[in-house]
Amino acid sequence: MDWTDTLTELIRRTTSDLPADAEAALCRAADVESPDSQAALILRALAENIVLARQQSTPLCQDTGTLTFFWEVPPGTDTAALEQAARDAVARATRNGWLRRNTIDTLTGRSVDSNVAEGCPVCHFEQRAADEGHAAGIEVWLLQKGGGSENMSRQFSLPDETLGAGRDLEGVRRCLLHAVWQTQGFGCAPGVLGVCIGADRAEGFLVAKRQLLRSLDDAAPEPELAALERRVLEEANALGIGPMGMGGATTLLGVKIAARPRLPASYFVTVAYLCWACRRRGLRVSSDGSLHWLN
Amino acid sequence: MITLHHPFTETAVRALCAGEAVRVSGRVCTGRDRLHKHLAEGGACPADLRDGALFHCGPVVVPLSPDPSQPSDERGGWRVVAAGPTTSIREEPYMARVIEQFGVRVVIGKGGMGEATRAACARFGCVYLQAVGGAAALIAQRIKRVAQVHFLEEFGATEALWELDVEGLEAVVGIDASGRSLYNEVRDASAVRLHRLLG
Repeated sequence: MDWTDTLTELIRRTTSDLPADAEAALCRAADVESPDSQAALILRALAENIVLARQQSTPLCQDTGTLTFFWEVPPGTDTAALEQAARDAVARATRNGWLRRNTIDTLTGRSVDSNVAEGCPVCHFEQRAADEGHAAGIEVWLLQKGGGSENMSRQFSLPDETLGAGRDLEGVRRCLLHAVWQTQGFGCAPGVLGVCIGADRAEGFLVAKRQLLRSLDDAAPEPELAALERRVLEEANALGIGPMGMGGATTLLGVKIAARPRLPASYFVTVAYLCWACRRRGLRVSSDGSLHWLN
Repeated sequence: MITLHHPFTETAVRALCAGEAVRVSGRVCTGRDRLHKHLAEGGACPADLRDGALFHCGPVVVPLSPDPSQPSDERGGWRVVAAGPTTSIREEPYMARVIEQFGVRVVIGKGGMGEATRAACARFGCVYLQAVGGAAALIAQRIKRVAQVHFLEEFGATEALWELDVEGLEAVVGIDASGRSLYNEVRDASAVRLHRLLG
């Protein structure tokens, strides 16, 4: 199997073909808004855009984002070879017009037209042995997260007196609603919140980002977190910020929360804000070489 | 639906009210972070922005001819495959000066802008239009031709100034020339609801 070909196809699907759960959520949202409102107009345009991008294999959004590959591989896998395949696939997808020339050398200000540079794309590898309830094989998920939404991600350190947020789930709720209010329409609402409670600052952002791979239709396994997800989603949508911040009943499509252990001194609430374009796709290659698309 | 055609007159722009849906046709220039900084710091603009539209956008472009042996900007022009608005608030430190000095009549972007831009719209007769954020495939369909590109080498393809000919680009008036901003209204109303929720 040629990993460069496979990952190029993964990029094509991710950049142009919105997952079904996100498309369904946007269509449901369009039905909720009053028909003549700006919110309905925007949501209908998004629905039309989704169909068009899929038909044409062109980017859903011109900001094709930071590409992060999340890998699960069996012990002994040559991860350097997989990372090189990801880099080659990104360069090829960029030439095909599936990715924007989206990488800037921070010091010179010059465009890195291939989109391949140190740490670009991002690859995270985790080993998983076959006997942990999983068949042997390689699983990879790609997340494309645009800069406008990334600029709206934030981290709170509790207690936060100005928010009246203490070190408990009520404090977390206050942080999340405040984050949604601060974001208004700047992150291309309706968005999704990926949230990590706990961990250190760096791990908090990574765990929060990983939550964005979850289906919009699932719920956190911990009942108290699942309840908080439902409540924040409902309350955020009651703020009336609406699609693109122009008013309306749909400000968020989902809230995905995970908790991690923390140090006694720290209590971070980390929010990864994702725009409506939830570009995430995954695939699994079994040990016999067969390929399965995961969504 | 109201249609706006380049060149945009002060009368046409001042007649628009926040919340109205419009369609824009004719010449539109893209410009984002690099261009705004350049212009606001006194740099020259190679395109004529007077009575024109400045679109906060970094498009995905491919050369018309696929011959890879040629440099991409010498392959008979460009095709825009994806082009939606970028977040406008980043240009807030520069926007008012650019409107004043270059006579921009229409700013197209997403997410809204701040007080300085709102005041400049009212003072100089400019309007801020919200395009649909992320609707890049749809907006690319409204772009009929790439007329010219400037700063391609210096700024790169995404930050370059692209002169585009568009037809029927859909947008909603977010900030009008009477000083009304839909974003301010939504922000203030949502702040009241937030305080009610948080008790």
